[in-house]
Amino acid sequence: MTEQFPALIVVAPLVAALLVPLTARLSLAVTYCLILVSLMVSLTGALSALRYSLVEGAWHYYFGGWPPPWGIEYVVDPLAGIITSLVGLFGILVFFYSIPFLAGKEPREKGYFYSLYLLLLAGLLGIVATGDVFNLYVFLEISSLAAYALIAFGGHQGVVAGFRYLLVGTAAGTLYLLGVGYTYAVTGSLNMADLGNLLASLQSSRPVILAVALIVTGLGIKMALFPLYGWLPDAYSLSPPGVAPLIAGVMGKVSAYALYRLLYFVFKPGGPVLQVLDVVGWLAAAGIIVGSVMAIAQKEFGRMLAYSSVSQMGYIALGIAIGNAAALTGTLLHIFSHAVAKGCLFMVAGNGSWWGRRKISEMAGMSKAMPLTSATLVVASLSMVGLPPTAGFFSKWYLLMGAVEKGSWIYAVILVISSLLTAIYFFRVLEHVYLKKDPGASLGTPAEEGRSLRGWELAPSMLVPTLLLGLGILALGLFNAPFVDGLLKFSLPWRTW
Amino acid sequence: MTAEFFLANRPLWGVLISMAAAGLILLNDRRPLIRESITMLAAAGKFIIVLSMLPEVLAGKLVETVPWTAAAGISLHFKADPLGLLFALLSSGLWIVTSVYNIGYMRAMRYGHETGYYAAFALCLSATMGIAFAANLLTFFIFYEILTIATYPLVIHARTDEAVAGGRKYLVYTLAAGQLLLLAIVGVQIMVPEAEFTPGGFLAGQAPPALLGVLFILFMAGVGVKSAIMPLHGWLPTAMVAPTPVSALLHAVAVVKAGAFGVLRVVGYVFGPELINSTASGKILVGFAAATIILASLRALAEDNLKRRLAYSTVGQLSYIVLGAGLATPLAFLGGIMHIVAHAFMKITLFFCAGAVYATAHKERVSEIGGTGKEMPVTMAAFLLGSLGIAGIPFFAGFVSKWNLGLGALEAGNIFVILVLIASALLSTGYLLPVAIQAFFGRSSGTHHGGEAKPSLLYPLVITACISIILGVFPNIGLKFYELALAAVQSVFGATSSIAMGGQ
Amino acid sequence: MDAIAGHLNYWLIAVLFVVGVYGLAFQDNLLKKLMALNVISVSTIAFFLNLGQKVGAKAPILPGGVKGGEAAAYANPLPHTLMLTAIVVGVATTGVGLAMIYRIFKHYHTLEESEILKGMRE
Repeated sequence: MTEQFPALIVVAPLVAALLVPLTARLSLAVTYCLILVSLMVSLTGALSALRYSLVEGAWHYYFGGWPPPWGIEYVVDPLAGIITSLVGLFGILVFFYSIPFLAGKEPREKGYFYSLYLLLLAGLLGIVATGDVFNLYVFLEISSLAAYALIAFGGHQGVVAGFRYLLVGTAAGTLYLLGVGYTYAVTGSLNMADLGNLLASLQSSRPVILAVALIVTGLGIKMALFPLYGWLPDAYSLSPPGVAPLIAGVMGKVSAYALYRLLYFVFKPGGPVLQVLDVVGWLAAAGIIVGSVMAIAQKEFGRMLAYSSVSQMGYIALGIAIGNAAALTGTLLHIFSHAVAKGCLFMVAGNGSWWGRRKISEMAGMSKAMPLTSATLVVASLSMVGLPPTAGFFSKWYLLMGAVEKGSWIYAVILVISSLLTAIYFFRVLEHVYLKKDPGASLGTPAEEGRSLRGWELAPSMLVPTLLLGLGILALGLFNAPFVDGLLKFSLPWRTW
Repeated sequence: MTAEFFLANRPLWGVLISMAAAGLILLNDRRPLIRESITMLAAAGKFIIVLSMLPEVLAGKLVETVPWTAAAGISLHFKADPLGLLFALLSSGLWIVTSVYNIGYMRAMRYGHETGYYAAFALCLSATMGIAFAANLLTFFIFYEILTIATYPLVIHARTDEAVAGGRKYLVYTLAAGQLLLLAIVGVQIMVPEAEFTPGGFLAGQAPPALLGVLFILFMAGVGVKSAIMPLHGWLPTAMVAPTPVSALLHAVAVVKAGAFGVLRVVGYVFGPELINSTASGKILVGFAAATIILASLRALAEDNLKRRLAYSTVGQLSYIVLGAGLATPLAFLGGIMHIVAHAFMKITLFFCAGAVYATAHKERVSEIGGTGKEMPVTMAAFLLGSLGIAGIPFFAGFVSKWNLGLGALEAGNIFVILVLIASALLSTGYLLPVAIQAFFGRSSGTHHGGEAKPSLLYPLVITACISIILGVFPNIGLKFYELALAAVQSVFGATSSIAMGGQ
Repeated sequence: MDAIAGHLNYWLIAVLFVVGVYGLAFQDNLLKKLMALNVISVSTIAFFLNLGQKVGAKAPILPGGVKGGEAAAYANPLPHTLMLTAIVVGVATTGVGLAMIYRIFKHYHTLEESEILKGMRE
């Protein structure tokens, strides 16, 4: 059984996704057990593969026993291991978080929702675990389709947002596929490791340059690189609050991982890739500033967070563009710190919208009604601004070090300006939450009547994940040294020890 | 856990004890007595921990903790050296006095949400200890930022629109400064990885002068906001909207002195006095400081609100310390360091008095201060003593530091600075003495409630006033501030410098 | 001229791709946008299929008992299999898209994007 772990990471949620619509009609308890079991199996697989990869070296799993480059293989190296673990962990937390939001729906609907949820997770995990570029496309589309459908659960506005995301996202996937086509045309291989070897001598050939451009554009759309981020604000803010933390927290990061993997491990930084990285750097810098500026202009909390994500994904792209060890460490650390912080913030937004507080002005006085959520909001805001001792400070530190080491002072200045802009729109929210008077005793009624909360501000299945992620921000910050030395160091494209 | 472990890590315990106190206070939301006891215990405990390191540091040994790597290039490292210990003793000692004052003041004013207030206060002192004991730039920066965040809830405590606006301005200034400081630190870190504060500086020769100049500007902008160098001082008068104990300890002692302390650290322990003197940077710093002193003192003359007048006075007085750093001669440095101590005691006395007047007689304007001397003689007498000290009258603490600054200016051949010092003395006499004179001899305006300030407000200000005089006569008494300052100067400039025991 | 005539198939695929992109970006009707998306997919699929073709190649099927010959004599089957996957993905996407369009129409009673966006903001 344990030899199948790399496959189980993806297969377990996939099988469960197919079974859930059936079990949902029979028994809700069985369904929840099935979901939990599959997610636990997946997470266990991810963690043990990670441990294996740190001790023995990357775990290569050949599907059907076909060796590469003819067969499809899954490769779990430390980088893939940590990101699959992150996605798996998020899957479990957000699953618990989403339960109250579906409370009033029919079992059939719940079944479809969770089936899509598991498909989304399977797709994301597949993108990370796979060692084959076409397989990556397949899982990219699986996760995207599931995401489009999940976003469409968000009411009549969500359907439109989901459809427009479908159009853009599928176009992005097609661009990626075209890029894969060009690389296949010149090398005849689809295996990542094999491509890494074959492409080394073909760096400057025109098909390869075109392939790089297409792949970067396709994945760039998926990770909301400037100026291709238009789909993000609607998609993130109009998705159902139960699943928004997963979509906002993890989806963009997985696409960023894919870009990192392809640019540094398959195409290897050389002539044309370096020029592409330069362009990515300028676009990232523009996105950082534009995202923050747009966020300041927003009146709704969810949309503000969405534009903030555009800015923060720019940080990640900037690190990829700068490309030295410090900057890449910053990128990887930021993938984690932003996932945890943004996931936490969307949970806070969901908690607020549970009680009818969607606009920032409606969040006035939230600290009295929801003290724990507000405290978590403070921690997450500090992390987004990048103040010590939260995780956001340390990832910003690495990025700054990387930028200055390379001599790109302009990037360092942009990071600093962005921190100040971020402080503006987050502290404005904190002012409303802590300093303004609550306009009404309780705004709106919760979705489910008659739920006994025993004096707590929210149901535990919503509150506990929020608090756990909040604590995670602090833990990641305080313990980022062992995290970097023990895990992230091994995820860099070259040895630094 | 051996005794050695406890002893060696004392700087860390000094930082952590009030962090733990902050947490405990937050848990005791409904029990004011327990909240206040925790505060007093933490203050006493912190002072004892810091005091215990005094003999060793005076003997020339440094109390260091083991560096803890927080990230690549960031190690949290605490070290109690003379300058840091001086600042720590000052802050922790004054916290005890301020806590007594706090309890009395907050009970009188009844603002509400006191749990958060006391917790934030404790956290501020924790951050101040971190700044004092920081052994490298990163540790300094981390606690510098924590201080910014922890003081924000205190500034906006009154929750009025004015307070919120004041807090916003405070954050804009301090966060921007923090980011500039971060850029400078990253620049230094790239050039000299794992660099620690070294007496005499470590940046000489590490980079082309142009780059060093840019870094110096970034550093000064970063620490200059908290030390209220003009034109970066705008937040300080606006921050007077905070409750008076906040203004007293934080904006006369902890926050602003952290900035001035930062200036001293950067000049003495990062760039080094030789580097500063060999370029124009020292002279530019002196120029800004001198301009600040004069302009702030002039502005103070025009202020009617007593606390704002004191705020502008603080702006001017802080630049004495910056002046000492900029002149970069041994005596000037000594003067600057001593002024940290002297000004702290004198200004906190003045703020305590202002707060006592506000809490007891509900007066906040200089124009209405007439007659207060009859109702509150002890308070206004203390105010008079503090004023004399700020003006630099001999036998007050302020004289020792001014004298050394003057001698230092002579050492540097800078007559202009001496003129500035004299002018400033005259101006501060002009904006402070009339307040006391009005209080005693002026006509009473309106009814006066309450008589003399209550004991919890009165005793602290009497204590600090007396200390101001005692330190003027015996600068080295008790906590040996003078010896510590001397040791710091000797380590920065090398033991061969000749230092006269001015003022004794 | 030879650059075009020699690779006419690729140029036609490029034209198809551009037509699809034009439709996606500039058509206001959601259904037309979805159709344009399909056109883009088809052009990509055709591109891959063209990669596997060789001049004068036979279909890569071995009737029972016949031994295989040179690899160069057969067309490459791999792109075809990859494109089967891509076609399925396209079908699924179209299905999801149509379901969404149906939902949108039921609520907004129009499929013109500009009107829907106006209706959304209210």
